[in-house]
Amino acid sequence: MRQPIISVQDLTKTYGNGFNALKGVSLDIEEGEILALLGPNGAGKTTLISIICGIVTPSGGRVLAGGHDVVSEFRKTRELIGLVPQELTTDQFETVWNTVSFSRGLHGKPPNPKHIEHVLRELSLWDKKDFMLRQLSGGMKRRVLIAKALSHEPRVLFLDEPTAGVDVNLRKDMWQVVERLRESGVTIILTTHYIEEAEEIADRVGVIDGGKLLLVEDKTTLMQKLGAKQLILDLAEPMDAVPQALEAFGLQLANNGGSLVYHYDGHDQTDRIAPLLQAVAAAGIGFKDISTRQNSLEDIFVSLIGERA
Amino acid sequence: MNWQAMKSIYAFEMARTRRTILQSVVSPVLSTSLYFIVFGSAIGSRIQNIEGVSYGSFITPGLIMLSLLTLCISNGSFGIYFPKFTGTIYELLSSPVSMPEILVGYVGAAASKGLIVGTIILITASFFVDITIAHPFMMVLFLVLTAVTFSLFGFIIGIWAKDFEQLSLIPSLVIPPLTFLGGCFYSINMLPPLWQTVSHFNPVLYLVSGFRWSFYGIADVNPWISLATVTFFLLVCLFVVNWMFKTGYRLKN
Repeated sequence: MRQPIISVQDLTKTYGNGFNALKGVSLDIEEGEILALLGPNGAGKTTLISIICGIVTPSGGRVLAGGHDVVSEFRKTRELIGLVPQELTTDQFETVWNTVSFSRGLHGKPPNPKHIEHVLRELSLWDKKDFMLRQLSGGMKRRVLIAKALSHEPRVLFLDEPTAGVDVNLRKDMWQVVERLRESGVTIILTTHYIEEAEEIADRVGVIDGGKLLLVEDKTTLMQKLGAKQLILDLAEPMDAVPQALEAFGLQLANNGGSLVYHYDGHDQTDRIAPLLQAVAAAGIGFKDISTRQNSLEDIFVSLIGERA
Repeated sequence: MNWQAMKSIYAFEMARTRRTILQSVVSPVLSTSLYFIVFGSAIGSRIQNIEGVSYGSFITPGLIMLSLLTLCISNGSFGIYFPKFTGTIYELLSSPVSMPEILVGYVGAAASKGLIVGTIILITASFFVDITIAHPFMMVLFLVLTAVTFSLFGFIIGIWAKDFEQLSLIPSLVIPPLTFLGGCFYSINMLPPLWQTVSHFNPVLYLVSGFRWSFYGIADVNPWISLATVTFFLLVCLFVVNWMFKTGYRLKN
């Protein structure tokens, strides 16, 4: 197996005020993948990212990036990594060009105006390059932060809630940039509240809450769980047991016998719905309403978070 | 060594000076010129010579020190406090830059600004009063040592400060009395014996006295003791900043 580009090993963090933000997180991130970290506010997402990037010192455990320890060999690891922080933190009085060039310099790379131009053009910032940051809208500032993170050609890009407070256009643009980066082999780790986002672009999804990693799974595996659907029949008359005529469908009673629930796979078992309804009609069961429901990543997420609480 | 990063921080800070040239260069030069007009020409013409030096010339080294101290502290503290305040410090902390490299970038820039302004004030002063420099090498040494030491001191304040109030606490409340009572405008021999003794506990006295000695060869205290005092203060600051970096004090906690 290839060496993971980022390897988090039993990482813990307790802040000075006693807050236990991470309680033993282990996670391997493969080179070239897009990993989405989902979790509510205060789950530990930002702390995890901050430790990997060197902003926060870990209390226990360790992190390897490209095989190097992020604390003792920080020069090697930080050269690999670009970080787009959650907050729109910018030098208000700097120009876009200067602040992006500064980031490149900080990472020890010699000036390369061509690359900076390429990054700015890609993020539709080229015509704003001489603007001061305070003249830019929030969405534009977000683009600048991404440009700063890409200025030194990182192999791993962290996006901490990149789409918080971002309009639809920018979100689309951003995913295009992410897609192009992935094609060029950059590993991308993003945190988000938006489950649809994770569904849309991630290869793997991790769920983090209360300082613990609850699950990391391939999106396709998750999508299979996601494919589970339910067809619910609200009955005209409540019943005590599922009628024998309908046994073959594996129905369940719910809602105190007020409804019948049929579980099926939304991808390849839809052909049984018509026979089911015919069988229901043939058995003389009346129903007031019919509805279907799909498990979303959100359901999985909520049930995971719920289990813990 | 990440030279590129040090260069970038230094250049970035110096660019800020160019942008705020009125505030960072013109303003100290103007205020010092006013000192020269008031104390050097207007009042100074009625004050007798001090140890054979005219009053206007006598106060020049002290005024340069006064500006140098104030500027280096404010530049040094603001340079590192501002990214802390805006949050852009995340970038410094997540870059392949070591703490000493960050220090060299910021303190180097703050000291450079102080030296530039100090030189401009010296040139300005030469238009108002007669200046002689008896020990040029020692003068430059005092100037550079003071600039570096107090920029470093400012850097420490910048890391320590949690808000703008704390940031300006020491520069506005501690430094002015120390400088004004540090013999910028008089020789401590002119003070009553008790206050002479008290003055010897004021570190700024040693700076001003040593610096003035490099100009006119007159001093309130032995110039070597002055040099030792500045060096000692520099070492204390280095010790503190080293401790701050090791513990991540108010940067990584």
